[in-house]
Amino acid sequence: MAMSSKQIVELNVNGIPHQLLVEPRKTLADVLRDDLGLTGTKLGCEHGVCGACTVLVDGRAIRACLMFAVQAQGPEITTVEGLASDGELDHIQKAFAENHGLQCGYCTPGMLMTAHAFLAENPEPTREQICEGMNGNLCRCTGYQNIIKSTAAAAKAAK
Amino acid sequence: MSRYFAPTTAAEAAALLAEHGGARVVAGGTDLVVAARGGKHRMPEVLIAIHGATDLASLVENEDGVRLGALTSHAWIERSPLIGSHWSALADASALVGSPATRANGTLGGNLMNASPAMDTGAPLLVFEADVELLSLRGTRTVPVADLLAGAGRTTAEPDELLTSVRLPDLPPATGSAYVRLEHRRAMEIAVVGAAALVTLGDDGRVADCRVALSAAAPTCVRAREAEDLLRGLRPDGASFRDAAALATGAVQPITDVRASARYRRAMISVVVSRALAVAAARAAGTDIAVPANRNLPTVTAGSTG
Ligand SMILES: Cc1cc2nc3c(=O)[nH]c(=O)nc-3n(C[C@H](O)[C@H](O)[C@H](O)COP(=O)(O)OP(=O)(O)OC[C@H]3O[C@@H](n4cnc5c(N)ncnc54)[C@H](O)[C@@H]3O)c2cc1C
Ligand code: FES
Ligand code: FES
Repeated sequence: MAMSSKQIVELNVNGIPHQLLVEPRKTLADVLRDDLGLTGTKLGCEHGVCGACTVLVDGRAIRACLMFAVQAQGPEITTVEGLASDGELDHIQKAFAENHGLQCGYCTPGMLMTAHAFLAENPEPTREQICEGMNGNLCRCTGYQNIIKSTAAAAKAAK
Repeated sequence: MSRYFAPTTAAEAAALLAEHGGARVVAGGTDLVVAARGGKHRMPEVLIAIHGATDLASLVENEDGVRLGALTSHAWIERSPLIGSHWSALADASALVGSPATRANGTLGGNLMNASPAMDTGAPLLVFEADVELLSLRGTRTVPVADLLAGAGRTTAEPDELLTSVRLPDLPPATGSAYVRLEHRRAMEIAVVGAAALVTLGDDGRVADCRVALSAAAPTCVRAREAEDLLRGLRPDGASFRDAAALATGAVQPITDVRASARYRRAMISVVVSRALAVAAARAAGTDIAVPANRNLPTVTAGSTG
């Protein structure tokens, strides 16, 4: 019974195809963390509220705690582990590092992925647009000011 | 044993629902997964994910209005110039749902079928007298939203029925609408109470017709007909709106929960109703009030009702 409830799921994560045997009701967040060992994606609320689990699915910011892994077959999934290349942080990661956009870092992977999707749509955001675009991600440490600053700096750096 | 299906058409989804008793549809998953996690109900054994059924994501405009597919996202509604200009209250509502991430995934069909008393699209759909189309192997039937909503978390749809679309009927000229809610914070908050209003102005500048509906004020979103009756024929001014709003309070039995006490809700219903009426009347008169109305309340309105 336990065996028959699993099904083969094919996921493209950070450019690498994976074939996994998982239960259909397992969320993408759990599969990324438990089955693929990609623990950069964090779980906070598991209710779609905090944004810690945000990943990119074909470039869109998605809450991995609200999506079943079986639903994520086909599109390209990007997690925080997929941002740096050859050990070099990408421009948004650098902006967060340089502008103290993090303290404990728990919210950071979700912030970075949200910032990616947001800046792709709004390359030259106003401060107000940043506040609105990032308002679905919670941070217990920074007080948000430096996250806003980091996001603005990342937009500048991309130009 | 848990199973998963990803049909690519509405008909296929309806057939799967008929075949697997206890199966649940998942659209954006923003309610279903949360409820299952929170222990409200078990994670369903059979999941039918409809996000790939492209015929559920269509938009059809015809003589009697516009038909939005069940998969229409809040993000789409929020940005649609068509909805914003004609059915503004719905755009006001979708623009308030959760955060950008919630709106990107959350669907109109899911919002309705989840049937939370606090759902934001319910009151706007009631004032538009919208109806939905339900599909099963027995065929399709049309149900007014007012008859679909049966109670907190309950609809009159059968377990094997799929909601395929929502129809917004055309509105007469000189009509405006708005949805306003009271919330504790500006993102990811559920309405403490909310109100939708629709106002049609006559040639004499008076209220020729109006409709009012409330959210988070009763087990389902409800019309406040006494308020509507009072307002017809009156001048669209703050005093009329306040009188009508006072009657709306009588239409409901609000509850006490984590967000507010019944007494506070009762007091706030008249505030959101008169704000919604003021914005709807202003829009009916041609004043541009950007979506969402909640974040763009004219100062006079806020001041005169606060
Ligand atoms: C952080 C957060 C904030 C939120 N804030 C708000 C808010 O401010 N206002 C608000 O109104 N809601 C809010 N919600 C609730 C939710 O996002 C909305 O109700 C959304 O529209 C649900 O759509 P969905 O596609 O995700 O539904 P799903 O979770 O996929 O489905 C919800 C229910 O409807 C059924 N269903 C879905 N589609 C169909 C269909 N076509 N036919 C038959 N049954 C169907 C499912 O089986 C399930 O029972 C919030 C949710 C989260 C996680
Ligand atoms: S863990 Fe997914 S939103 Fe909080
Ligand atoms: S840095 Fe600690 S939660 Fe944001």
